[in-house]
Amino acid sequence: MKIKIADIVINLYFLIVCLLIAMPFVLVIAISLSSENSLHQFGYQFLPKEWSLEAYRIVFEKPEPLLRGYGVTIAITVIGTVLSLFMTALMAYPISRSDFRYQRPLTFYVFFTMLFNGGLIPFYILMTQYLHLKNTLAALIIPAVMSPFNIMIMKGFLDKISREIIESAKVDGAKEYRIFFIIILPLSTPALATLGLFIAFGYWNEWFNALLFIDNDKYVPLQLLLVRILSQAEFLANSPMAEVADKLKFAQFPTLTVRMAMAIVASGPMLVIFPFFQKYFVKGLTVGSLKG
Amino acid sequence: MPNIPPAGLPSSHEQPAAPVPVKRKSWLAKELWHIRRNRELILLALPGVLFKLIIAYLPMVGLILAFKYFRYDQGIFGSKWVGFDNFEFLFKAQDAFRIIRNTLLYNFTYILLTMAVSLLMALLLNELTSKLIKVYQTTLFLPYFISMVLVGYIGNAFLDFQNGYLNTILELFGQKGHNWYLETTPWIFILPLVALWKGVGFSTLVYFAGITGISTDYYEAARLDGASRVQMMTRITLPLLKPLVIILFILGLGNIFRGDFGLHYFVPNNVGPNFPTTDIIDTYVYRALTKLGDINSAAAVGFLQSVVGLVTVVTANLIVRRIDKDNALF
Repeated sequence: MKIKIADIVINLYFLIVCLLIAMPFVLVIAISLSSENSLHQFGYQFLPKEWSLEAYRIVFEKPEPLLRGYGVTIAITVIGTVLSLFMTALMAYPISRSDFRYQRPLTFYVFFTMLFNGGLIPFYILMTQYLHLKNTLAALIIPAVMSPFNIMIMKGFLDKISREIIESAKVDGAKEYRIFFIIILPLSTPALATLGLFIAFGYWNEWFNALLFIDNDKYVPLQLLLVRILSQAEFLANSPMAEVADKLKFAQFPTLTVRMAMAIVASGPMLVIFPFFQKYFVKGLTVGSLKG
Repeated sequence: MPNIPPAGLPSSHEQPAAPVPVKRKSWLAKELWHIRRNRELILLALPGVLFKLIIAYLPMVGLILAFKYFRYDQGIFGSKWVGFDNFEFLFKAQDAFRIIRNTLLYNFTYILLTMAVSLLMALLLNELTSKLIKVYQTTLFLPYFISMVLVGYIGNAFLDFQNGYLNTILELFGQKGHNWYLETTPWIFILPLVALWKGVGFSTLVYFAGITGISTDYYEAARLDGASRVQMMTRITLPLLKPLVIILFILGLGNIFRGDFGLHYFVPNNVGPNFPTTDIIDTYVYRALTKLGDINSAAAVGFLQSVVGLVTVVTANLIVRRIDKDNALF
């Protein structure tokens, strides 16, 4: 019976932890479903005092920025993931071949970028002054195309592909690029799927490069849109004019609820989809060991 | 080099020459032969190599900016050389001490806190047999899927001065509400808490995956010997998990000079009054770059960040190699 008690205690512990973890999400959803007036009266509540869909109505009334945000985000996610997967596999294949003379130096060449980099300022100057990528979609895609981490994971997977397959293809006179496209790529579909999920996830949540390189409204991805909304609201709330602004602005326009509704519409769909792929996220870590 | 080949001979690298350079030339010739033999694989690697050269290795050259007075119109190489002038601020301004201290202390806290909590969670998760494990995992993992921008929104829901939930609770107990964003002390607790909330699910799952990878033979044998569950946890699971813990710890230490920009930018909301306890190297450099900031001081501290970061990870790895060669990263 002792074991049963331990089970109950552990389950209880996890229930409480999970409740604490999920709470913040519930709060944001509750705020978006409250009426603006009740928020001003009672503050944010886990259970809305007055339910209202007004915020969502306002968000969907003028959906252009949101739609454009979705468009940009989907574009960089799709293009970025395909490009990134291809480049990662292309780099990982030669350095996974132990009979390749330059395997070790090239592995080091990739691995070293994981340990050392030039930092933000040289990178920013390179991207804007030399490559002239400010305000382009490329600025959102290129920085994450070849993560050394992903290359090492891919290499770890390719290391396990049997040598005989490659050898027999070579005996048949196949060239390396043919082996790569016809044999290696199809064989590594499981690894590519897992890595692709990782990469797509990264692009979807991308905000750092957008913050650095995008100030043109045309290329604002979802996350940057959210940054802009937040910083606008904060500017009002923290300025010396806060109280005046509060009376003038917030009284007429339901900013608090709309802000949260916007956040939910922008990130909700992925928050529902990604957890389904959860086990692949873990798999991605075990697919290849990190050791070079 | 006075060693010009006589006219008439084809001046290729493979030609036989005077006795002294023979060794070099033959080495070169051999290497060329190797390159030709491996040319297909080299060609496959080439796009990636060039890409990395531009995106990752060129910025490393840009690190010399730390020793220059940078002007956009003069570029990296045209700007004036000023030696160590940019580093002077490290000893003068209190900014430098502050951002370095904050970066190191926060990162160290995050590493230890997340490691301890998620290790415990993984061990407890492993004791469960019910189907609820899946539910727990997914819930724990949920914060991992959202961006730091959204974490900023969530933080705002709790910390907002007028409507925030924390102040609502405080007022419920008759306390006065805090203007969290304008204070310094609370952030020492808020930031690690948010970091834990965001990261605990992921590292729990990493450790849990490590535990499920342990062969069941060990546990069978232990059970036959009459070991208790706690004994199995401390004598089998933990020792076998040690390599993973060590590797993750080194990775963390190696990045101790790289702060979590998103966490320190969106959650404290980039508001001046809380900088003493929230500003880290990364946010400082970002502000220098985008707002009116001192780009030269930022370049100097960025240089420090890159170089010291490399030294820390190599040193940490060296130490681990000393202790146990198998656990070293490289």
